[in-house]
Parts: sequence; structure tokens; C-alpha cells
Amino acid sequence: MREAEKSMAEPQSKPDPDPKTEATVTGLDLFGYVGIESVLDQMRRKAVKTGFEFNIMVVGQSGLGKSTLVNTLFKSKVSRKSCSPSFEEGISKTVNLQSVSHVIEEKGVKMKLTVIDTPGFGDQINNLNCWEPIMKYINEQYEKYLKEEININRKRKIPDTRVHCCIYFVPPTGHCLRPLDLEFMKRLGKVVSVVPVIAKSDTLTLDERQRFKERIRQDLWTNGIKVYPQKEYDEDTEDRILNDKIREKIPFAVVGTDKEHQVNGKNVLGRKTKWGVIEVENVAHCEFANLRDLLIRSHLQDLKDVTHNIHYETYRVRRLNESNLNGIGLSTPLASVNGTAVRKESESNL
Amino acid sequence: MSQSGEKGKVGEFPEAAGYVGFANLPNQVHRKSVKKGFEFTLMVVGESGLGKSTLINSLFLTDLYPERYIPGAAEKIERTVQIEASTVEIEERGVKLRLTVVDTPGYGDAINSQDCFKTIIQYIDNQFERYLHDESGLNRRHIVDNRVHCCFYFISPFGHGLKPLDVEFMKAIHSKVNIVPVIAKADTLTLKERDRLKRRILDEIAQQGIRIYQLPDADSDEDEEFKEQTRVLKASIPFAVIGSNQLIEVKGKKIRGRLYPWGVVEVENPEHNDFLKLRTMLVTHMQDLQEVTQDLHYENFRSERLKRPGRSTGAVEEEGVDKDRILMQKEAELRRMQEMIYQMQAQMRMKPADE
Repeated sequence: MREAEKSMAEPQSKPDPDPKTEATVTGLDLFGYVGIESVLDQMRRKAVKTGFEFNIMVVGQSGLGKSTLVNTLFKSKVSRKSCSPSFEEGISKTVNLQSVSHVIEEKGVKMKLTVIDTPGFGDQINNLNCWEPIMKYINEQYEKYLKEEININRKRKIPDTRVHCCIYFVPPTGHCLRPLDLEFMKRLGKVVSVVPVIAKSDTLTLDERQRFKERIRQDLWTNGIKVYPQKEYDEDTEDRILNDKIREKIPFAVVGTDKEHQVNGKNVLGRKTKWGVIEVENVAHCEFANLRDLLIRSHLQDLKDVTHNIHYETYRVRRLNESNLNGIGLSTPLASVNGTAVRKESESNL
Repeated sequence: MSQSGEKGKVGEFPEAAGYVGFANLPNQVHRKSVKKGFEFTLMVVGESGLGKSTLINSLFLTDLYPERYIPGAAEKIERTVQIEASTVEIEERGVKLRLTVVDTPGYGDAINSQDCFKTIIQYIDNQFERYLHDESGLNRRHIVDNRVHCCFYFISPFGHGLKPLDVEFMKAIHSKVNIVPVIAKADTLTLKERDRLKRRILDEIAQQGIRIYQLPDADSDEDEEFKEQTRVLKASIPFAVIGSNQLIEVKGKKIRGRLYPWGVVEVENPEHNDFLKLRTMLVTHMQDLQEVTQDLHYENFRSERLKRPGRSTGAVEEEGVDKDRILMQKEAELRRMQEMIYQMQAQMRMKPADE
């Protein structure tokens, strides 16, 4: 019985094993086919029916190719491209966040993708505190989720608008991170999973790219900035090996485009210049494919889990402590500290 | 007046009737200038990482920055804009050029770049001030011309046009120095993107009323080739350039370029970028840049300064007040010395009469 429960829970996320029962679990060999593995199919079908949600935020100065990259990642026009010919707006004076949601479907699996764009970030002469609107937005989403969660009559599926991933675009100067980059990543690395990428990297030769990456990694390390995937959250050796490989390569040097050209008889996504065609999906040219694999094919669920289990929990603990200290309750069930709070914690660990 | 026989070149010109010979003057000027050498001060302004140093090295085929120390990100937070001037003497076919490159590291790096161009404007003004002081002095033989003749402003190719910082800076210095806008790291743009960006930048410059350096039209008596070249140059502003001093082998030849996995970008290929155009413009119009600096920017500065004595701004203030006093003192001295000379001359005329 216990074993069946355990294997059912594994594919979803790894809850802490109940300390009382762990000692009594023994491995049993089955001497015939039972059909336990069909539970995976059942879960799959359920997941396909409910669909997935993913919220991604793109931050960077204007013109670094944020919208193009998101469109290339999800192979559809999910983001308003700001360099369309009809675009006549100038650089906005403050950072305003615009979020656009689309439902994209692949092989019957539906995903509600929300892209949060941040035009105006880092474009002014004086960029002090330009990260504040972004921090406010992220915390507001956590607050919304928290309010839903501690509601007495709460919805079966809480709408998840929390930012699961924040892609930060570093301009390809080739030297090192700028003060603005450091400030931003320092602050935001504490509340959301930050994935730095080198934008428009077709301007760097391979040597320059390598040196730039090493410089960035060094800068991040000296300043104590933790970017995704963080070392502390690796759960077992398998994860660690996989994530180490990724950590050696971040930040990914990407190139984005939505135009196709003919190369050797095939149609490839690329940028055509007089000296050659830069193939976006060719790993020898740029690391777009690595970024896509990380974000979508291998770590999408992990990003959501890290957001839910770590960042959201940190926020929640902080808010609950605050409300207990100040006495301004979020809602009445929170009045007693130990009793109901503990119950709520175990319930939300699903 | 027979000048034809005087300074060399005797016998080269036919003794035709009515031929005076001062058509020889340009040759004399040419020889004198070659002997004297040229001075040129070029300022490069732009955010870090746009390839300014690489471009300067490529333009003049030297290594102006042999041991570059690029500070880490944390150090950059503390830094303010500095002015670094490095001078080299380049010689080509007997013509000497004393080139000063003024670099502005730290420009646009800080989170708050509000004050970053004050330092630069002060530097330009100081050079004008110094020249004004030398020009008004007594010994005007060895005036060193450190005024900034040309400013290459590097525009980032990653944006959609000019940034607010670019606009503010150019508006602040377009009345003091010749601005030549340059689109840096142009290998990041496809041809269409490049054209779009150039048009966008020119539109924004016109909209904001920024006066950049205008190439003078070719005179009507120049040959067609030169006229065509000037037309092409004028149409290509702002220049989209790539810099590199690395030699790469392409089709058996060694050329300067950048090697990517998808191809080689050649620096001196006019189809790849405007590097050659920029170099041509700089070289053929060096004289014109100096003239415009002298006739337009310097004269503006001078008339402003002399109109309001003692009311100048910044660090130049005390100098300004002293300047006029010194000017008057020196004029008084001059008058005294001239009187003395007259007296001495009168004495000398009298002396032989005595003897």
C-alpha cells in the first residue's frame, strides 16, 4: 500500500517523506504485472485535460530582442514585437509592465502562456529604482495567490499568476556586467528565478563569448547573486549532474528571429547577412536550443515547483510573520498562530 | 614681380608671356605643411563595450591601448566619467600626424547617468579656454592646438534608435564640437535592419534639432569621381562600422576581420560595413574638420567668453576673471615696449649723426 502511494506521488513533485513511516517501507518484488504503472497514464490524461500555466517575465533594455526571443521560443507570435513598422512610440518614461496571455496547444497539451513585458526598464538617463515596479508586481502576484489560499471557500484550482521565470537580457558588451545588471539581479534573485541570457550574441565571436561568460559568472559569484538553477535546490545527484552541466553554460548566448531562410536545401530559422546565415537552432552558432530545452523541455515543471515551494513559501512566511506581529490579519483564520497555521501549511504542500 | 625664379622649380614652368608663377604656391604650402606636420584631436564617446578602442586601433592601424585593464562590475559602480587623452605620432610617406585620442571611460555606465557628460563638456571648454589664452598671449609661435576637432559618438546597435542619454548628450555638445555619429558593432544587424536604424537615427536627429557635422559638398570644379564619393559618403551617415585588428585568412589572403562560426566579417569590405567610408571621410576631411572647429565652434566660444567677462561657469571661472586683467596688463606692457623700441630707434638714428 505504502509503495503504491509513493510511486503515485513521485512523478508530480517530491513531498517530504513522512518520518514515521519511512522506516517501515521495504522493497517488494512483484512476481507479475499488476498495472501500477498505468497510474502515469491516468495522471497524464488529467494533466492534459486541465492544461498547464506558465508565466514568464522578460526584462532588459529596449531593443535587445526580448519580444523576438519569446516568439522564437514558443514558435508563435505571443509577444507584441515593438519593432514593427507601425510602431511609433518612443521610449516610455517609466517602467510599465504589460502582460499578454495566450493559450497555445501542441499534441493535445494546452498551455496558458503569459508573457510579462517590461518596456522602459533601464532606458532612462537616471535608472535608479527602475526595478521597483517589477518587484512590486512579483510580490503582488504572490499576495494574490496567498489571499486565495487562505480563503475559507477557496477555488479548486487557484489561478496561478505568479512569475515562474524571469529572463534577464544582458547586452553583449563583451566586458562585464553593468552596475544596473548587478543591482537588478541581486534584488530579484531573492524573489524569483532569474535566468540571465546574453542577448543578440551574434556580435560576439566564440572566444569573446567564452570570456564574457566567465566574466559574468565571476561577477555573479563575487556579488553573491544566485541565478536559476540554484545549487542549494538540487535534490539528488542526478539533478546535480544535470544542473551542473547547465550551470557551466549560463548565461546562454542567444539569437532570436522569426524569419526562415534556405540553408543547404533546408528551411531554417536564421538571420541572413552578407557573410553568412546565423542559424538559430544550430548549437554551433548560438545557444538558443539550450535555452529552449532548459525552459520548456526539461525544466518547465521544475521552475514552477521552485517558484511554488521556495520563493512563494519565503514570501508566505514573511507575510504571516508580519501579520502576526502587526495584528493586521489577512483574514480571521490567521488569528491563532500555531493551530490553524500549521494545518494550512501541510495542506498547501501538495 | 618675378616669382618663378625664386623658390626652386626653376625651369619647370615655361617662360610663357604673362606667366607670373604663383600657381606654384599650393606646392609651397604643401611642402611647408608636410614639414610642420598635422595635429588632430579626436574624441570618442560611447557606452562601454561598444568597440570604441578596437575601432580606433583599426582606423589608425596602431595599438593605442596596449595594456587595457577592464574593471570588474563592482568597481564600475564607484567610477565616475574620466577623460583619458593619449597622443601618438604617426608618419606615413613623410607626412607626420600628431594624433590625440581622447577617451571617456565610464560614460553611461552608472545607473544614474545624469552627470556623466558634465566632465566631458568641461574638458572641451577647457581646451577652448587654453587656446584662447594662448592666442591672446604675447608669444604666439608655438601654440599647441589641443581643441577637440571631431567627436565620434558611438550609438548602440541594439536599441531602436537613439536613447535619451544619446539625445541629451548630443544636444549639449553640438555647438562645441563636430559630431560624427557612428553605429558601433554593426555586424549584429542585417542589411534591412541597418537601413531602418540609420533612417530612424537621422529622423530623430532632425526631430530633436541636433546639428551633426555636415560634409561639405564637392566643388563644381572637382572631378566626377570625387563628387560621386562625396555623395556616397553623405548618404551613408551615420556610418555603421565594425572594428578589428585580427588577421584572418580568407581565400588565401590575410585580411582584417572577425571570425564567426557562420562566416567571416571583413572590416575593409564595403559590402559588409562602412569602415572604409568612415576612414575616407576622416582622412579627406581632416582639414575641413579643423577649419569648422576653428571658424565655427571656437569663434562661438570666443565671442561668448569675451562678451561676458568674468561670468563663465565651472572651473574656468577664476581663469576668466584673471584672463581679462592679464589681457589688459599685457596690452599695457605691449604699448610700453613699443614706446621703448621707438625711443631706442630714435637714439640709434641720433648716434651715427653724433659720430
